[in-house]
Amino acid sequence: MTTSVIHDATKQPEGRIENKNTTCYMCACRCGIRVTLRDNEVRYIQGNPDHPLNKGVICAKGASGIMKQYSPARLTKPLMRKPGSDRGDAEFEEISWDKAFGIMEERLAEIRATDPKKFTLITGRDQMQALTGMFAKNYGTPNYSAHGGFCSVNMAAGMIYSIGGSFWEFGGPDLERSKLFVMIGTAEDHHSNPMKIAISQFKRNGGRFISINPVRTGYSAIADEWVPIKPGTDNALILAIVRELIETGLYDRDFLQDYSNAGQLVNCDESSEEHGMFVRMQVDAELGCFDEQNQLWWDRHTNKAVRTHTKDADPFLLGEFTLDDGTPVKPSFQLLKESVEEYTPEWAEKVTGIPADTIRRLAHEMGIVARDEKIELPIAWTDTWGREHQSVTGNPVSFHAMRGLAAHSNGFQTIRGLSILMSILGTIDRPGGFRHKAPFPRPIPPCAKTPRGPEGVQPNTPLGGMPLGFPASPDDLFLNDDGSPVRLDKGFSWEYPLSAHGLMHNAITNAWRGDPYKIDTMMIFMANMAWNSSMNTAEVRNMLNDKDDNGEYKIPFLIVADAFHSETVAFADLVLPDTTYLERHDVMSMLDRPISEFDGPVDSVRVPVVPPKGDCKPFQEVLIELGSRLKLPAFTNEDGSRKFRNYPEFITNFETEPGSGIGFLAGWRGKGGEKFMKGEPNPNQWEMYEKNNCVYQYHLPASYQYMRNWNQGYLTWAQDHRLTRYDEPINIHIYSEVLQKFRLAAQGKRPGRQPPAHLRKRVEEHFNPLPFYSETLEGRLTDTQKYPLNALTQRPMAMYHSWDSQNAWLRQIHAHNYMHVHPSLGAKHGFADGDWIYVESMHGKVRCLARFSEAVEPGTVWTWNAIGKAKGAWNLSDDANESQQGFLLNHLIAEELPTNECGEHISNSDPVTGQAAWYDVRVRVYKAEDDADCTLPQFDSMKVLPGMSTRRKWLGYFAGKFDKKGAK
Amino acid sequence: MTQLALIIDLNVCVGCSACVTSCKEWNTSGPAGFMSDDNPYQKDPNGTFFNRVQTYEVGEFPKTETVHFPKSCLHCEEPPCVPVCPTGASYKREKDGIVLVDYDKCIGCKYCSWACPYGAREIDEHQKVMKKCTLCVDRIYDESLPEAERKPACVLACPTNARLFGDVHDPDSHVSNLIREEGGYPLMPEWGTQPSNHYLPRRKTRFTIHQDELVRVDNPLNKEQKQHHEPVTSPTLDDNSFI
Repeated sequence: MTTSVIHDATKQPEGRIENKNTTCYMCACRCGIRVTLRDNEVRYIQGNPDHPLNKGVICAKGASGIMKQYSPARLTKPLMRKPGSDRGDAEFEEISWDKAFGIMEERLAEIRATDPKKFTLITGRDQMQALTGMFAKNYGTPNYSAHGGFCSVNMAAGMIYSIGGSFWEFGGPDLERSKLFVMIGTAEDHHSNPMKIAISQFKRNGGRFISINPVRTGYSAIADEWVPIKPGTDNALILAIVRELIETGLYDRDFLQDYSNAGQLVNCDESSEEHGMFVRMQVDAELGCFDEQNQLWWDRHTNKAVRTHTKDADPFLLGEFTLDDGTPVKPSFQLLKESVEEYTPEWAEKVTGIPADTIRRLAHEMGIVARDEKIELPIAWTDTWGREHQSVTGNPVSFHAMRGLAAHSNGFQTIRGLSILMSILGTIDRPGGFRHKAPFPRPIPPCAKTPRGPEGVQPNTPLGGMPLGFPASPDDLFLNDDGSPVRLDKGFSWEYPLSAHGLMHNAITNAWRGDPYKIDTMMIFMANMAWNSSMNTAEVRNMLNDKDDNGEYKIPFLIVADAFHSETVAFADLVLPDTTYLERHDVMSMLDRPISEFDGPVDSVRVPVVPPKGDCKPFQEVLIELGSRLKLPAFTNEDGSRKFRNYPEFITNFETEPGSGIGFLAGWRGKGGEKFMKGEPNPNQWEMYEKNNCVYQYHLPASYQYMRNWNQGYLTWAQDHRLTRYDEPINIHIYSEVLQKFRLAAQGKRPGRQPPAHLRKRVEEHFNPLPFYSETLEGRLTDTQKYPLNALTQRPMAMYHSWDSQNAWLRQIHAHNYMHVHPSLGAKHGFADGDWIYVESMHGKVRCLARFSEAVEPGTVWTWNAIGKAKGAWNLSDDANESQQGFLLNHLIAEELPTNECGEHISNSDPVTGQAAWYDVRVRVYKAEDDADCTLPQFDSMKVLPGMSTRRKWLGYFAGKFDKKGAK
Repeated sequence: MTQLALIIDLNVCVGCSACVTSCKEWNTSGPAGFMSDDNPYQKDPNGTFFNRVQTYEVGEFPKTETVHFPKSCLHCEEPPCVPVCPTGASYKREKDGIVLVDYDKCIGCKYCSWACPYGAREIDEHQKVMKKCTLCVDRIYDESLPEAERKPACVLACPTNARLFGDVHDPDSHVSNLIREEGGYPLMPEWGTQPSNHYLPRRKTRFTIHQDELVRVDNPLNKEQKQHHEPVTSPTLDDNSFI
């Protein structure tokens, strides 16, 4: 280094300075950033003060983007596995893009012409599903799954099937107006900067913050009260609180009556085919995806059944009644009351470890703040029944949760429980409570559906439906005639009926086993399936490398697209080097997961601020090129010619159907950019985004900003702008008729599709139309005498998944992970703080370092997620802390449950949604022998690949002079 | 006399380390030259940082507090690092009270780091000079930046706004008000260093429940009582009155 030390502490070094705005992608938060370049190298990345999401702030990851950009772990060349080498050996030779495309075109065209489901696309990134999902649909394969299936689909599905919206991109706590905020479980890495901004303002405004979590880290550190809880027991707590709120009358009766199905009468005649269904004025055939408003209330004034929302009617929410035809009925709120009867605080204390008095007090705090601290905003609005309201009221109690609740096999029902708790407190889309973000709320369930049978998959034909969807009844499952799954991951089958994001955590195992069938080609984008994105990691690595009796790989062809030297790259037959986020165009689209705010739709773009390194090509461009070569309809003109030159042109011109006016971006549509949401393509759309901080924001009129499930003005607006098909009210499903339809099928009471015999009990139990507590599936099948502890991961705020193991600055914050244990476990098992221990589950064991902590529930052990790496991966040296002292908990977690009454090879997942049950694992800990001086298991070192740069012995990053110096 | 300083609000700091890496990215390309990182991709990576966050646990389960504690140079009013410097490289500016190192004079002898009771100085092994927080002196007076951005990089970055910047000698400044009203305190004042940076303590919001709030006349359960009842079949006064 020749950079001289300068005396004048205020003088900026020489160099040509440029500032460019784009969107961060150091995590999935998608903050606006301003990148300062000096002599074409990144000098500074700051939060864009004019961006609505992060308002100028940035996090540790975002501020370390420089070290991602110039990482020696970057891939720069398309690579082909050397003939004769084994997968995992990482023996590759460089090839041209043209050759890479040629190989893919030939192979994928052949599959498409014969049996398109033999091509599987797995994306670890679920914020460009609009493109990846559309590619899969156009290709015609049902085998498309996204990150959500192993991350938080329980959160999405549990809430969407209850209130028509969900946390993170689709809604969240209105902390600006809230007075009591309850966060349950780990939630640090989703919507992270906006949550940090909001929690801080909330606390400074005098709000009270309660954190319920087995571990006190992250945001929990600044909670006014920490309530430690045993993992996987959240619904026991939630339902005990619901019970206490109902017992004491601390629920918002008016809200429930008008805006939920609490007062609707349920058929209680057990002998009826309609048992457990709402009684309706007339039973229609298929209604589409909205609630026909023809259910009944029992009116208090006239003491008889009336159609819901009859003028001046006032329904009972509790009681039992008999219709004129003799049918016994109860309001669904009565059924809720009955179903939570057993969940007393004393019962919940034994399950959760939280004292009964604390549970009661939590309920009383929530109920009293909701009732007595009401907010009234002078905003007039009209509801869908034509009633005019002079104000919007809110009950200022809010919640946030993500993976902590979701990553359990009882997570769907837990999140149903949380949705109902939020609803009976009267907090849905109201100030100070939960608020939606466009394009939500959506009908319950949303309209998107997969095909229903194998006829939806045809050679050289797009898929006959969406690759992922939201079933409304057993008829919407995606099944062969014999009831077996059409999809490789068995999504939307009786095993996981509502698997709205697929089950990518089972795709490799299923493909390897050939159950339900063998495939040919698997394409993996940005998913580290040979490491932290898979359960049972060591075995999955073996499966990727396993051959049949003919010496052919059981998964014949693996394509991996990644920007970095991840563990999965070693197993690829073909490696496609992706760009970083600073090198590409990209969209945060209204068609999948935009960055909307509470007050209206927001979407944004990325634009390149530096040129791609080497031969890196954005995966977006790879899909456009492949789609064009394969002549997929979305990418091809009617005459068979190529429709789009490149990704930016595709984004500008694509419409969901000719003339629909709906495309990837909502802003500056119309020929001159004068329209939004809907309008013809605008050739200058990208430029307009660039000129406007790369973000488009629309502020709804105040009267459309609240109560959107029932706000006629908003719903009409949403329909006019094609956010939704219907402008019907979206009533909260306290009682889920959708779930009951599956249960009736399992009970043999419903005509049509029925589960196979071995799954009947499972479906009947878990498709309870009212939330219930049950021990996790893994917990039921574990000898908990032998494995008494729960093991969890938490998410460090400075590291997102595995993406930054190669980041020279961030790895100085988390270079390796410990197993955090309460000191009493050390005393009991004879180990000290800092000792090597074994953590063992019924599936395997890891050797790791213990760290004593008083901030953990003593029955729980935990570690940071995805800090441990395989030796040599990410271009770290073989002795790097990540592989020698770091470890993965994944080795203890199986992707399938032990064989049980539901059969063999059942996924270790939620039986409703297929959400990976990461947090269900039970373990024991004991002092490790002196059998190694590193963590175990270890794997053979991963080689450095052609095209990667050498890792320096030391760094002195100085923008403008760094890369010119070359490696040291 | 102006004394610029940071106020760090432990009540909202979540320990995210945004300040740590924002400081690093701004300053590594700044007037003082790079901030080196040893073993960036090897065992025990270790680099120069002006600001680090330490995390402590206080108390025993379940009454445990987890405290995130960011620490950088405190820009003391009586900085012990200044008089020990044999070359005069370590100095405190009269203009604004910022403690700086003149890198042309620094010989890397480390006396100042031994004198600093807070461990706030870091030797850059590759430049052989002592480095430390400058309060981004190259930002805060830079008129080419928008006025709102003439702040230390850590302050701009902080997502919880836990880092506040201002003149602690101006009694009317926002930071002085916070120190006065929110119980701001300096670190280890007994050493007489008079740190300019201050910390704001944790503050708890509690909620008191009164029993009568649980038994209100408008309790919605009252609405669930049936308004109409079937006639009784056993004798009543109605049937037996001789009026």
